[in-house]
Amino acid sequence: MSTPSTAGRPVTGKPRGGDWPKVRLHVVSGKGGTGKTTVAAALALALASGGGRVLLMEVEGRQGIAQLFDTPPLPYEERLVAVAPDGGEVFALAVDPEAALLEYLEMFYNMRRAGTALRKLGAVDFATTIAPGVRDVLLTGKAIEAVKRGERAGKPTYDAIVMDAPPTGRITRFLNVTSEVGGLAKVGPIKSQSDSVMAVIRSPRTAVHLVTLLEEMPVQETLDGIEELRESQLPVGAVIVNMERGPRLTPEGLRDALDGTLDVDEVKAGVVAAELPRKLNVNTVTKTLIAEAAEHAERVELEQTERERLDAAERPIYELPEMSGGIDLGALYAMARMLREQGVA
Amino acid sequence: MADPTPLAALPESTPVLDIDGLIDDPGVKVIVCCGSGGVGKTTTAASLGLRAAERGRKVCVMTIDPARRLAQSMGLSQLDNTPRSVAGVDDANGGSLDAMMLDMKRTFDEIVESHSDPGRAQAILENPFYQALSTSFAGTQEYMAMEKLGQLRSAAETTGEWDLIIVDTPPSRSALDFLDAPKRLGSFLDGRLMKLLSAPARGAGKFGAKVVGASLSVVTGTLTKVIGAQVLKDLQGFVSSFDALFGGFRQRAEATYAQLQAPDTRFLVVAAPERDALREASYFVERLAGEDMPLAGLILNRVQEVPLPNLSAETALAGADRLDENGEHPLTAGMLRLHADRVANGQRQRRLAQRFSTAHPRVPAAAAPALAGDVHDLDGLREVAAALADQ
Ligand SMILES: Nc1ncnc2c1ncn2[C@@H]1O[C@H](COP(=O)(O)OP(=O)(O)OP(=O)(O)O)[C@@H](O)[C@H]1O
Ligand SMILES: [Mg+2]
Repeated sequence: MSTPSTAGRPVTGKPRGGDWPKVRLHVVSGKGGTGKTTVAAALALALASGGGRVLLMEVEGRQGIAQLFDTPPLPYEERLVAVAPDGGEVFALAVDPEAALLEYLEMFYNMRRAGTALRKLGAVDFATTIAPGVRDVLLTGKAIEAVKRGERAGKPTYDAIVMDAPPTGRITRFLNVTSEVGGLAKVGPIKSQSDSVMAVIRSPRTAVHLVTLLEEMPVQETLDGIEELRESQLPVGAVIVNMERGPRLTPEGLRDALDGTLDVDEVKAGVVAAELPRKLNVNTVTKTLIAEAAEHAERVELEQTERERLDAAERPIYELPEMSGGIDLGALYAMARMLREQGVA
Repeated sequence: MADPTPLAALPESTPVLDIDGLIDDPGVKVIVCCGSGGVGKTTTAASLGLRAAERGRKVCVMTIDPARRLAQSMGLSQLDNTPRSVAGVDDANGGSLDAMMLDMKRTFDEIVESHSDPGRAQAILENPFYQALSTSFAGTQEYMAMEKLGQLRSAAETTGEWDLIIVDTPPSRSALDFLDAPKRLGSFLDGRLMKLLSAPARGAGKFGAKVVGASLSVVTGTLTKVIGAQVLKDLQGFVSSFDALFGGFRQRAEATYAQLQAPDTRFLVVAAPERDALREASYFVERLAGEDMPLAGLILNRVQEVPLPNLSAETALAGADRLDENGEHPLTAGMLRLHADRVANGQRQRRLAQRFSTAHPRVPAAAAPALAGDVHDLDGLREVAAALADQ
């Protein structure tokens, strides 16, 4: 996993390596609140470092990227939001279905005026809400457009696109645009658009990564998500375990804490040697520390169980720690570096 | 030396939310648990349901997407939209506990079926637009949770089967989504375009030629071009049959919403001691006040316990460093660092709780500790409820 490969074709002058040399579209999903947006941004920085150009896009109209990078809300326009170490660039785009539809109408039908009229009537909102498949084709279609841009001239605009995607519960449906639209449109332009989008999404040029925490519900959702994606022949990428806290005690310490067999006298001798303030009762401190260690050990064990369940899915796993100072630009760079060290790029 | 006092989960000035007083009150017939996603609404609803039942109420709990193991332990293996009796509940006080998982599509289908003859219902159920609306429209789940609550409430009134209904709400991003859903769905289905599209079917309808004439041809022309004629036909079919079915969907949605203002209903807002969750809780509290909906209080879930706050994070770290420097007692050093983490985290959470309390000084609250393991059986639920009741 950590041996950089040189199989990738240099696109913007930067040799492509890492675990995903063929992948151009990285879709980041996961249970709500597990850190999709944060991880997507760190991944974009990781992929850009060393001189690449990456587009980070969001599709849920929440301006999560702008908040993360502490910039004003993003317009429907690709903007430079960060410069990666060694000179790579991360651009960001907040795609909204209405703007994407108008763009689509203009591009394919030269119908911007009609599009504007439709919008005034609420038709665009209507069409994109009542027929979620249509909305999803527009959003994924925009990502595919960015993937393909410049390719024909042999000079792709972006090395990679990273999408901060809908959560696990909706991701399969979101990406599986052909079958979603198929229920509504058997023929016609929307149908053919969805077919061409689908061709890229199902190909090795796309990878769907799932962010999780080492807790029961997120892990279950991740496993169910992997299953669903596979059933729909969508390419599952890596699992990214986020906000890991990790064990604070040695394996023996953890085991004894769990079994309730910690050496009380040894702990107590340690408490004495630590020279804590007088007002603290040594026995009370010892008892408290032992109780806390037992709880910690129980949690570590649970995390271990969840970790094994993830291993069984046989996907590469990357790990990111809980960043103690919260998430700022510095933390994102640090997370990007950790992803690179683990072989992402 | 006396036993150390753990750090209080909530600021002293915060009024205590009397959980037993709430669930024992015969005048309270519905409790709605709201909050943003992932904060423990389902756990709270199930815990309170269990405690209320064991204290003598006849309870029905409606859950939404419960964790698999919790669902199993409550006997919720089938998602069949009907409450079933939960085994293992202590009925010594004459109470009972039924539980169900919401099936949103089925709830919607049932509404359609109960409002029309079978042939017409069938046509709607098979329409691809109805299928999209009933499975993936943002807000459908919230709205169906409300509809289901209405059904349970009237069943309770007619049969006397239950005297307390506790509902969980969908895992939305924002707690407000629950309250906004009926309006959203109502105005969407009653919207201008919906009318426009159903106009041809009604023979031009009440929309004057002024509006319809020019725009309709633009709309249908463009839509035909983009989505194809068949899709447009399905869409119009859906709109006109739906319209005939519900007349004004908006009125229905308003009535569904209004039941939340019934005097026997209480809201609990559930939050984790994290910034985002508490911010959502704040919005929600303000909104309830604006809508005259009674808030029972805040449930602060998964609070980090700090059993020995006298040993501060700094002191514990200094002690650990001392041990490391001397190269002795690595076990104790690790444990001191663990304690330091815990105190720091616990204090951060308490600062957030304090901020909420300062902004909403009159909102009563109850806290539940973060348990080391997951809550996945009746014993776990009892433990959470007991912690909430004992403030
Ligand atoms: N490794 C980390 N260390 C510390 N905090 C983190 C980490 N990753 C994410 N967070 C924090 O967790 C919270 C949720 O992160 P984020 O918004 O990225 O999640 P998300 O999955 O995109 O959420 P949503 O489902 O709402 O879109 C944020 O407050 C973020 O700062
Ligand atoms: Mg996000």
